[in-house]
Amino acid sequence: MSASPDFSRNFTDPRALKSFILSTITVGCAILACIPLFSVLAMLILRGGRRFSLELFTSLPPTAFDSGGGFGNAIVGTVVMVGIASLIAVPFGIIGAIYLAEFGPHTRIATVARFCAKTMTGIPSILAGVFAYSVVVMVTGTYSAVAGGIALSLLMLPTVMLTAEEAIQMVPAIMREAAVGMGCTPTQAMWKVVLPKAMPGIITGVMLAIARAAGETAPLLFTALFSDYWMFQGGAGDLMEPTASLAVLIYNFSGMPFENQIQLAWAASLVLVLMVFTLNILSRLIGQRKK
Amino acid sequence: MSTPQSAATTDEVVIDCRVNKIFYGNFLAVRDSHVPILKNKITGFIGPSGCGKSTVLKSINRMNDLVRSFRFEGEIRFEGQDLYAKNVDPVTVRRYIGMVFQQPNPFSMSIYENVAFGLRLARYKGDYDARVEEALKGAALWDEVKDKLKNNGMSLSGGQQQRLCIARAIATRPPVILMDEPASALDPIATRQIEELMVELKKDYTVAIVTHNMQQALRVADKTAFFAVDISRGGRTGYLVEMGDTRELFENPREALTREYLSGEFS
Repeated sequence: MSASPDFSRNFTDPRALKSFILSTITVGCAILACIPLFSVLAMLILRGGRRFSLELFTSLPPTAFDSGGGFGNAIVGTVVMVGIASLIAVPFGIIGAIYLAEFGPHTRIATVARFCAKTMTGIPSILAGVFAYSVVVMVTGTYSAVAGGIALSLLMLPTVMLTAEEAIQMVPAIMREAAVGMGCTPTQAMWKVVLPKAMPGIITGVMLAIARAAGETAPLLFTALFSDYWMFQGGAGDLMEPTASLAVLIYNFSGMPFENQIQLAWAASLVLVLMVFTLNILSRLIGQRKK
Repeated sequence: MSTPQSAATTDEVVIDCRVNKIFYGNFLAVRDSHVPILKNKITGFIGPSGCGKSTVLKSINRMNDLVRSFRFEGEIRFEGQDLYAKNVDPVTVRRYIGMVFQQPNPFSMSIYENVAFGLRLARYKGDYDARVEEALKGAALWDEVKDKLKNNGMSLSGGQQQRLCIARAIATRPPVILMDEPASALDPIATRQIEELMVELKKDYTVAIVTHNMQQALRVADKTAFFAVDISRGGRTGYLVEMGDTRELFENPREALTREYLSGEFS
């Protein structure tokens, strides 16, 4: 008769020990990934939170030796330029994605477009700025919100297109079949059934693209430059004038030798991160709604 | 041949389906199958897996056009018109020949909008509420959903979803409804409900149903077409072995192959 097997845990067994060590390392690495975000957040709250007040949103940036001041114009500028970028990137991106996902997934055009979009997601953002500089700023002869918006749209377009394509592909095939079986034309099936179903996923992609664009500095340096004044003082024509943005304000002020400006740079960073954070959370909420 | 059903020879053929060959790419999927579908009758398609019964059914409302390599040789006449003629728009065909699929596939919208979907497609101008109610009653679902028409169609149980799909299909009153194994994803109780529903439906509609389940064909179908797979020429080509009145086919099949299949010798 054989002895009953020993089921008790034995940590001195080399195999168990190895497993324990390796699983501990995975936990450690996962925690490590959280550290940068939390430390950045903590630092921003500590150093930028002190200056947090209504004045930040209502005042113009101070000049060199001034005290006080804010960056209301930069917030407006960022919102306007991201808005212009979205107006360009979202429709083009979604309509392109419909082609990629539905009408010509295997065509040469789709393959090339998909490859281009994937490459574009990895392109340094400064190149988008250089491109918009040569195509818009050089041609119109001025730095402007429009040029900035176009530069940002180049960064948003591939993200919007690829996430929208994925969202459309995720719509179950049986639902398309149902639409076609009911006598939908391909356009009707897309418009009435597939797009509504894919919408949460598409919106998530758009939000993430916006969040990314809002924080970009490099493309705006050559295209929108900066401005110390409120936008739209001179009407819609201001869209063709140099425009302030949070990202460029942070870049400018953080390098200055004045305490006031440096504090404002921290506060602006905090505001920017909060904006991006809000968009990210919104996109997650919308993304969850699809279940 | 003196049974009452033999009078069926005078029955009106709504869809005369003559398949010569159906290809997927170079693969010959179905050959030589002639299936007339009679008005206000249920025609059952049975046979082992891969025998092409679903392929033939889906050819009738041109759903197979979605498969890129699909090629059809033959003719399917709907009240005399060939549905595969060059000038035929498959989208219009599908509005006259409704379809219920194997997996319940309601749209992700309210129960009401699911049923009204076909009416809106057809730009129906009349009373939507009345037609939605009529369709849901016709699908034996009205009592269960009349208080929650605004709920999403996907919140229903599987059997309810399938009846919703039937309601959606009959809302536009298409003369013919195709059902591709409509109960195979459902539990026995829901299956029984769908079967009872089909028998009700044939008063107003012509129904063609593919089923894996021979007993189901025996319970609901007036006419049954038995398909089998021909592996003699190297491929796996489905073809119609025989077709006839369901009782006659089950009790007294003409072909030995049919008898073997019905007695469970292969499946």
